[in-house]
Amino acid sequence: MSAAVAIDGVAKRFGTLQALAGVSLEIAAGEFFALLGPNGAGKTTLISTLAGLVRPDAGSIRVLGYDVIRDFREARRRLGVVPQELVFDPFFNVRETLRIQSGYFGIRKNDDWIDEILHHLDLTSKAEVNMRRLSGGMKRRVLVAQALVHKPPVIVLDEPTAGVDVELRQGLWQFIRRLNGEGHTIILTTHYLEEAEALCNRIALMKQGKVLALDTTANLLAAHPGASLEEVFMRMVQQ
Amino acid sequence: MIGFLTLFYKEFLRFWKVAFQTVAAPVLTALLYLLIFGHVLDGQVRVHGIEYTAFLIPGLVMMQVLQNAFANSSSSLIQAKITGSIVFVLLPPISYSAFFLAYILAATLRGLMVGVGVLLATIWFADLQVVAPLWILVFSVLGGALFGAAGMIAGIWSEKFDQLAAFQNFLIMPLTMLSGVFYSIHSLPAFWQQVSHYNPVFYMIDGFRYGFFGVSDVAPQTGLGVVVICFAAVSALTLELLRRGWKLRG
Repeated sequence: MSAAVAIDGVAKRFGTLQALAGVSLEIAAGEFFALLGPNGAGKTTLISTLAGLVRPDAGSIRVLGYDVIRDFREARRRLGVVPQELVFDPFFNVRETLRIQSGYFGIRKNDDWIDEILHHLDLTSKAEVNMRRLSGGMKRRVLVAQALVHKPPVIVLDEPTAGVDVELRQGLWQFIRRLNGEGHTIILTTHYLEEAEALCNRIALMKQGKVLALDTTANLLAAHPGASLEEVFMRMVQQ
Repeated sequence: MIGFLTLFYKEFLRFWKVAFQTVAAPVLTALLYLLIFGHVLDGQVRVHGIEYTAFLIPGLVMMQVLQNAFANSSSSLIQAKITGSIVFVLLPPISYSAFFLAYILAATLRGLMVGVGVLLATIWFADLQVVAPLWILVFSVLGGALFGAAGMIAGIWSEKFDQLAAFQNFLIMPLTMLSGVFYSIHSLPAFWQQVSHYNPVFYMIDGFRYGFFGVSDVAPQTGLGVVVICFAAVSALTLELLRRGWKLRG
């Protein structure tokens, strides 16, 4: 299977902090991949580097064969990123936000797909509501919608369910599963390990900017008989 | 191209949705300047043989063009940085040159809209001629673009609103207020006349005013040369900062 994302020896230092210390891994096309680790492990820095928001000191990242720095246009067209922070532009309503985001990706008429995303994320009734007036959970869903407007083959979700209630979380996962089933590669970071266990085929466990473990979810669990993913995670992090 | 047009349109909407604050308020400020200074000095002061109120109007128009072009790009960038919404324009495949063009075009447009508003609000107070409309257009567009680019640098550099305010209050405001908006530099002592020649805003105001009256402190061609050089230099610096992702990409 070809690599959707190929990360090769990526290092990044912020002052005295070595945020990434030579991370290398490959994520195959069509995978549902989890990037786990305690706070400060380097997950968000790795995702930011993948998205071109952070420039690595060393190493390279390719998205479907395109280098994220040298071929940034091609790489970014293939990538949809849901940021961890709850950010929004207060000047626009939900539909305007999604139309503008489509335009940034070179798509002029995108209302059919926008309506479909709004439907699946249960945002149809909020389409004309200003972003400022949405609850935290709804703003989070708009962030997911923004990442999907250009139908990217690779979707990165950086803690997408933080602050989202159980019902909405289920709806979100149902939609993401469907996208994965249609061939989209999903990369997920989350602190809800039961979600990673239920959804992801393969897991990378990071700590202090390094990959501690990289294996299928089944293999990781099999190596620790009777343990849940949370228990496996705790044992590996504490080692 | 669609990415650039969308970013430009978004930047236009950003100020147009709050036009009362971004367009109407500066027009009112300029009108107040005109009413106060015009009332006090009209009939007592003539500059280049022109009534003071008529002399003042082009200066006020240009001052508002410049200040609002600067305010547009700088406030947009710092708001986006502080709220984090800057990621929405950093994640898509928009080149840094398209980013630059979209921001300075929107800034120039806001400056020109405010300028037209000031002109429409003040034109009734004086007998204003238009001798060379092309000079009016050239200096207002180039001046707006130059200050839009300067606003981008300020917005990228600033990490807090008070840093941007310092940039505005201690650099932009003195440069515009001491540029000949309210006077001809020939009325200044020789030393301050010399100092004024190092202020690029002086050339913008002077050249813009030439378009109305056909008289100026320096030849408009000289002013155009200075403004073009300044615009090229500030644009080159802005483009280089964007290319490096300075303070935008970690």
